[in-house]
Amino acid sequence: MSDRKMKMLWLQGASCGGCTMSILESGASGWFDELRQSGIELLWHPSVSEETGAEALDILEAVRDGRERLDVLVLEGSVARGPDLTGRFNMLAGTNRSIYHWVSELAPLADYVVAVGSCAAYGGIPAAGSNPTDAVGLQFEGTDSGGALGGGFRSRRGLPAINIAGCAPHPGWIMETLLALGSGDLASGDLDGYGRPKFIANHLAHHGCSRNEFYEFKASAEAMSERGCLMEHLGCRATQAVGDCNQRSWNGGGSCTKGGYACIACTSPGFEAAQNYLETAKLAGIPVGLPTDMPKAWFVALAALSKSATPRRVRVNATSDHVVVPPTRPSGKRAP
Amino acid sequence: MTRITVGPFNRVEGDLEVRLDIADGRVARAEVTAPLYRGFEQILEGRPPLDALVIAPRICGICSVSQSVAAAAALRAAMAVDAAPNGLLATNIAHAAENAADHLTHFYVFFMPDFAREAYAAQAWHAPATERFKATHGSAAREALPARARLLEIMGVIAGKWPHSLAFQPGGTTRAIELGERIRLTSIAAAFRGFLERVVFADRLENVLALSSAHELDRWREGRGGDFAHFLRIADALALADLGKGTGRLMSFGAYHDQEGAHFRAGVLSSSAQVAPLPLGQITEDVSHAWMRDTSLDPAESSTVPDADKPGAYSWCKAPRLAGQPVEVGALARQAIDGQSLIAALVAESGSNVRNRVIARLIETARLAVAIESWVKALRLNEPFCVNARDISDGHSVGLVEAARGSLGHWLAVHHGKIERYQIIAPTSWNFSPRDADGVAGPLEQALVGTEVGDAGARAVGVQHVVRSFDPCMVCTAH
Repeated sequence: MSDRKMKMLWLQGASCGGCTMSILESGASGWFDELRQSGIELLWHPSVSEETGAEALDILEAVRDGRERLDVLVLEGSVARGPDLTGRFNMLAGTNRSIYHWVSELAPLADYVVAVGSCAAYGGIPAAGSNPTDAVGLQFEGTDSGGALGGGFRSRRGLPAINIAGCAPHPGWIMETLLALGSGDLASGDLDGYGRPKFIANHLAHHGCSRNEFYEFKASAEAMSERGCLMEHLGCRATQAVGDCNQRSWNGGGSCTKGGYACIACTSPGFEAAQNYLETAKLAGIPVGLPTDMPKAWFVALAALSKSATPRRVRVNATSDHVVVPPTRPSGKRAP
Repeated sequence: MTRITVGPFNRVEGDLEVRLDIADGRVARAEVTAPLYRGFEQILEGRPPLDALVIAPRICGICSVSQSVAAAAALRAAMAVDAAPNGLLATNIAHAAENAADHLTHFYVFFMPDFAREAYAAQAWHAPATERFKATHGSAAREALPARARLLEIMGVIAGKWPHSLAFQPGGTTRAIELGERIRLTSIAAAFRGFLERVVFADRLENVLALSSAHELDRWREGRGGDFAHFLRIADALALADLGKGTGRLMSFGAYHDQEGAHFRAGVLSSSAQVAPLPLGQITEDVSHAWMRDTSLDPAESSTVPDADKPGAYSWCKAPRLAGQPVEVGALARQAIDGQSLIAALVAESGSNVRNRVIARLIETARLAVAIESWVKALRLNEPFCVNARDISDGHSVGLVEAARGSLGHWLAVHHGKIERYQIIAPTSWNFSPRDADGVAGPLEQALVGTEVGDAGARAVGVQHVVRSFDPCMVCTAH
């Protein structure tokens, strides 16, 4: 595909539009320039394309009728199947048909189908609670296989939907995935069991966390805006959630944990089903959600040991909102 | 009389369907449909109150901070807690950055590209408008999108990320700002001012904000570069001040609260030209033409129960009313009610219309840039940014803020430590409401009447200008 343009159609389902807001941050001279430079042709995007109404429908119908090639179909937002599988909670205006219908019809025509955001991937926030609109992802309903296209769906190139999870995903995750498709570098073996690109999902959100020293010593923040580790008391799931979140800069240098609040595992299917996000669920004083692949007994033993070895600086700063004790040598002099 | 349907209606946030009855080449009657319902109010019911801070912002990716701030304000009122003053300032900085970014996105990505349409190919101004504003191709986006991204770096400092942050809490914000970070905020604010003064206004912000009449604006823009003057010339050529006339009733909940009150004041402005206090108790939501069951008119008492087969209904949006009347909300309302000199003069002269709505957004953007600078300076770095909030077991409260597109309210009822009811009235719920029980049309439905369609039918570009001049957020509308 390298010497021809990759044609991309972007649709929004039961969406907040936040994934589009994220991608509009991409590109040194703006996303539109970046797309052109990368050989991606936007057939239509609801937020940015000129065509509206009948002009937009002409494009969708040309794709549907095979008059226009579709390399990549992007869906942002979950697929609202309700009520009673009619999809009427989310109609594509002017067509008298639901997004559920349109996505089901267009997905088999695409070389690749990409779910941008946790809603399109797994159902996401609209699927929370009683799931009033029967919202699902393209091939998942939470952690269960299924969804709008069914677990067995494969696009024309033989791949399942590629799930760029996150709420909202980092703009780099979206562009890098699209460009990897364009260069032919993303095969089904490059996706994890939930359809997420491994180059993102082989990391944990915890990796690179700026609070790492506090984590090592289990020096924990007890209230919002304190500097300590957010895992023990304030709900942080970064040691269990996939994503290279803390190895990237969000909006020029941030991340959730840098921002002072817990990772809520927004890259995980079913994250919307949790409650009390900013409070750590515990059993007998021990967090229920322990780091991925760490035996509980080890965690408890290490936590006890590291707590007992915590330097005063780390302990005091953990429950302060500013650095109270700067790095010092045992002699009392500032670190050089 | 012929009926046409316009949709999918793009370059708005979300999707929209407009049905128009055309007589003698003009719109005689309009019906506006919000085609998406997700059920956020149902999703929030039964959850712990603080979960609203996770769920509510995800109503909207473009005004996520506004939704966060409204939820935090409702929770703060229910908890009877005072936020840390620094937290209020940091919230205002981030909220203003979002609103300014939204105004830029609207101007450059949603609204201006319509002037590059082929329908205007015969106009003398079409070629420069196309070079500058054509959708995904114009030169302006190459400057505006990076400027927007740079402005949103404020979120990286204060809010961790955007959209969808948990930084905005009842007690303040979750991250204390240090000196280096304050300097970064100052630099971002300076870069934003630089963009506005170089690219948008081609003048100092203070000079723009000193304008106080249509006459002064006309003189100011003569021979001036910049995208604002570019728009003003097109607006004159197309008589956009005569297009999309509003109802004349404007409302603002007041915006950017700190210890001294609201930076932009609250109120209601009707044709009497006197700003009246906001009669908060007179806000109702009518569902006569919405696919919703009737529960209560009072948002503090109602719940949301969808009914897709309801006869006579045509939108997922309820019809909010103030003292029984539709009102228009947004930057024009906010600035007119706050008494901003130019906008107050334009509204007194020609009311709400396509041109004035766009001018108000850009004038507000200039004011926000100045406000951000002052709030960054006002942070007291050695004092707290967040105080501990208390648990709530029972209570009723309301959180009122202004999002970029207008007044946003969250009505919260907590019982036995769980959310019993959560009702949200978003800006575009007001502006794009369907008819009410008296058959009174919503603000957009009224503003579309009389718009010339000619032979273009559903492709009529005037309809596009009117709809987009409101900067609708359809994902918020029915939520």
